[in-house]
Amino acid sequence: MPLDKPYQDIPGTTIFDAEQSRKGYWLNQFCMSLMKADNRARFKADEAGYLDEWPMTEDQKAAVRARDLNECIRLGGNIYFLAKIGATDGLSFQQMAGSMTGMTEAEYRAMMVGGGRSITGNRVIGEDGDAQAHRQPQGQAGQATAATDATPSQPQPQPNKKD
Amino acid sequence: MARITASVYTSHVPAIGVAIDQARATEPYWQPLFEGYEFSKHWIDHNPAGKPDVVFLVYNDHATAFSLDLIPTFAIGTAAQFQPADEGYGPRPVPVVHGHPELASHIAQSVIQDDFDLTIANKLDVDHGLTVPLSLMFGQPQAWPCQVIPFAVNVVQYPVPSGRRCFQLGQAIRRAVDSFDQDLNVQIWGTGGMSHQLQGARAGLINREWDNAFLDELIASPHTLAQRPHVDYVREAGSEGIELVMWLIARGAMADCAQPAGPAPRLAHRFYHVPASNTAVGHLILEDV
Repeated sequence: MPLDKPYQDIPGTTIFDAEQSRKGYWLNQFCMSLMKADNRARFKADEAGYLDEWPMTEDQKAAVRARDLNECIRLGGNIYFLAKIGATDGLSFQQMAGSMTGMTEAEYRAMMVGGGRSITGNRVIGEDGDAQAHRQPQGQAGQATAATDATPSQPQPQPNKKD
Repeated sequence: MARITASVYTSHVPAIGVAIDQARATEPYWQPLFEGYEFSKHWIDHNPAGKPDVVFLVYNDHATAFSLDLIPTFAIGTAAQFQPADEGYGPRPVPVVHGHPELASHIAQSVIQDDFDLTIANKLDVDHGLTVPLSLMFGQPQAWPCQVIPFAVNVVQYPVPSGRRCFQLGQAIRRAVDSFDQDLNVQIWGTGGMSHQLQGARAGLINREWDNAFLDELIASPHTLAQRPHVDYVREAGSEGIELVMWLIARGAMADCAQPAGPAPRLAHRFYHVPASNTAVGHLILEDV
């Protein structure tokens, strides 16, 4: 009998369950290694070489090198582990979280100071809130995409993969 | 006899620790938040039951002491000392945390015999989940003014323990403390939350209405609140808002949740503020009367 996963219909959200954890085991353990200063230095000096020491998938390594946190999460990463990459890069948690929305750092910070993202329209996939797949990326990046989108010859924007 | 006299609830946002450590508490961004804890810093020294001898501090480890190699659902720190961890930015400049091995071991033995299968940690570095609440309540002393029993809950890998299980564990912890012979004033703190999401397109979610309803219910009807399923927390308060189940451990340890039930606690303080970095900050103090 399949396990009940009632959390799969939440937009813009990947729950780090046993299945994701199994996929992301080495990706997350690589992240843990960055808690040691020596490892941080070695990683910074040769990212590709350092990543090749870990039995991660090539997709996982590419996502780390691109600092694509959404893709890292889709491939089994968990934010508390991925945060070690951000710490290595000197980023705050707010910068990391903001990077996953498509917003600029200033846009994301302004949203938080303004009271944060509204729950309205963001509870269930299929509503019309700003975290829904059809409204990505957010902020000015999204407006630029929408403008481009108006030209018929342009391809449609890709929805957020993990949705 | 040892006794639990009060419970304290607070968010444990890492950026709050940074603001304290870098002396930025008076900046306009942070000032309203720290103002909400001024009462608490006074209360901790002057509350009716007196300064705590021991704080039983419920928190979660954020991929610091526990990697994916070991994922204990409930881990109790029974060591004499716990070092502040290096989470990637260097350890916080805060004092070493002194434990209470005798009481911690007593609680472990009691609640395990009460069917709660704890993991026992004799070596445990503690991260911002534990040290930020200490800083909020005690400020920046040279040494923490009481002993602390760290109690780590897995809220990182789903499924985390249910609210019901956390609440029942709190009840068992109260029974355990009550049966410890030494005369100790014990507080229990529940930390984490409130609404926040740190991942994906929904990052930055804040649900002020839900958070405040949670506070209302935690104060007045914890038995009902304990029945709430995980998915409600995740949907309404964000993927990291699930940390709030830990508050039910502290709430379950208050007198009115015991059998036979004692009187309802007195609400000494309530505070709510948005934002601290990505997070809504909630804070309560409940005194047993």
